[in-house]
Amino acid sequence: MSEKIAPDVEAASWTAAIRRRLAAGLPIERLLPDRQPVYVGSWVYVFGVITIAALVWVILSGVVLAFFGPQWWHTTSAGRFFNSLHFWSVQLFFIFMVLHLWGQFFMASWRNGRAPTWMIGAVMFLVSILAAFTGYLAQQNLDSQWIAANAKDALNASGTGGFFNVLNFGQMYGLHVMLLPVAITVLVVVHIVQVRMRGVVAPIGAQGEASK
Amino acid sequence: MSTRIDRANGVRTAPYDLVKELAIALAGTLALILILAAALSSPDVPSVTIQSWAQKQPVDLVTTATGELAGSTVSAGYGAPYNSGSTSVQSLGFFSPQSWAGARLSVDSAQDFVLKPLQAASTSNLDLAAALSQYNGAADSQRSAWLDAYGKALKDAKEDNGQVVVADGDYGPLPVMMASLLQIARAGALDGYLLSSGGFYQTDYTRPLLFMGDGSYLSSLAQDQHLLGNQWGMMNETGSYPGQTWLWLYTLWYQIPPYNGNANADLMVVLTMLVLSLALVLVPFIPGIRDIPRWIPVHRLIWRRHYAD
Repeated sequence: MSEKIAPDVEAASWTAAIRRRLAAGLPIERLLPDRQPVYVGSWVYVFGVITIAALVWVILSGVVLAFFGPQWWHTTSAGRFFNSLHFWSVQLFFIFMVLHLWGQFFMASWRNGRAPTWMIGAVMFLVSILAAFTGYLAQQNLDSQWIAANAKDALNASGTGGFFNVLNFGQMYGLHVMLLPVAITVLVVVHIVQVRMRGVVAPIGAQGEASK
Repeated sequence: MSTRIDRANGVRTAPYDLVKELAIALAGTLALILILAAALSSPDVPSVTIQSWAQKQPVDLVTTATGELAGSTVSAGYGAPYNSGSTSVQSLGFFSPQSWAGARLSVDSAQDFVLKPLQAASTSNLDLAAALSQYNGAADSQRSAWLDAYGKALKDAKEDNGQVVVADGDYGPLPVMMASLLQIARAGALDGYLLSSGGFYQTDYTRPLLFMGDGSYLSSLAQDQHLLGNQWGMMNETGSYPGQTWLWLYTLWYQIPPYNGNANADLMVVLTMLVLSLALVLVPFIPGIRDIPRWIPVHRLIWRRHYAD
């Protein structure tokens, strides 16, 4: 159908408005660029992508553990191995996320309109701590028992213990395998889009500002 | 490397393959994770049950249960969110979110951990039924006298073939009650009873964990695994594995004044970390903090080629 749409009809379309907004704010060349400013040449720049790579393995190993249920990894060698993959990918995830955070701090990466990118990244770090915390509580072993018995006092003191009950395995497990991974994934997507929209920040004191 | 000036913003650019970088990162991290998992496995010290507690340290279990009846345990007088007590309620002046939130998870430690399980067991035990009847029918002062005397006797109690033996004294029905409680605990029935909340499916371990937390067996196992608060336990893991090392700052406050030993330490630490977390999010807007990267020139190392040019 080659019928032309009247300009006023297209202007009133919500769908067309979103398309125009996306095309203007994040064209595909900027979302997936094949060139970067020449100052992007340090190992610091790979900490972020390694964090995302580790998160991929955290989620995939977690999906396998969730599929077979919380008892599986205690009783089978295959389950223990996937738990080990989950455990070490979480350790790598945090190591490289912290390195990424420090790197971006010393690059003052919030300059030139990039403060929201920093803020989402910091929120992601805090949500990740909560996700890991619920994971430790959902282990169903001595460690999770002791963490729950102790952590309850801090949460109760803050008035949240009656709502976020660390002694309730069902609540912690549900948060760990569903709500918090979804929240982190959404935040990662938003963070990446923010980075691609503004581009990498220019060196401190450089003439002009960042490339997109 | 072919560089060129970007027409849009005048920045010199060079080829950079983001997708290839991600693919290499995925392969590299997977290889590392596989090696670590295969070589080092992961920690899994089995959970403690009330049954194992009763079998390994029956005196501690009976002492804890007696304390629940006397109202002297942590759970018995805890306060919100479990009951109307006040011994574990924290506040800073008028600021007490714990009190404001109220008791939302009702726990009566004497009834829930001791008397109700015994009542359930008494249907097939006439001696226990008589002991419970005597206990429930006694005046408060009489019950307190029995509990006080029995509590003191338990300090010198001995274990004999799974039974708790105390010196002779006037303890009323308590020896019969506690022998029965120990018996059902050793059989594993108390684990199931405390977990049960009436329905078939159960996932809430509030009661059994509170009961075990009142005793010293769980904390002695945690101490062996360097998990206690004064051992930086919050960021530790059982065995020699790395734990939640990202909680180092949270754990640090509990080791230093004015937090350590303070009755309101938890509330103080939570508030401190809330302020610091908010500060982390708002770094770009905090004068002084946002200027640190200019004062400490780590960026000259990161962008050394740029500055060299």
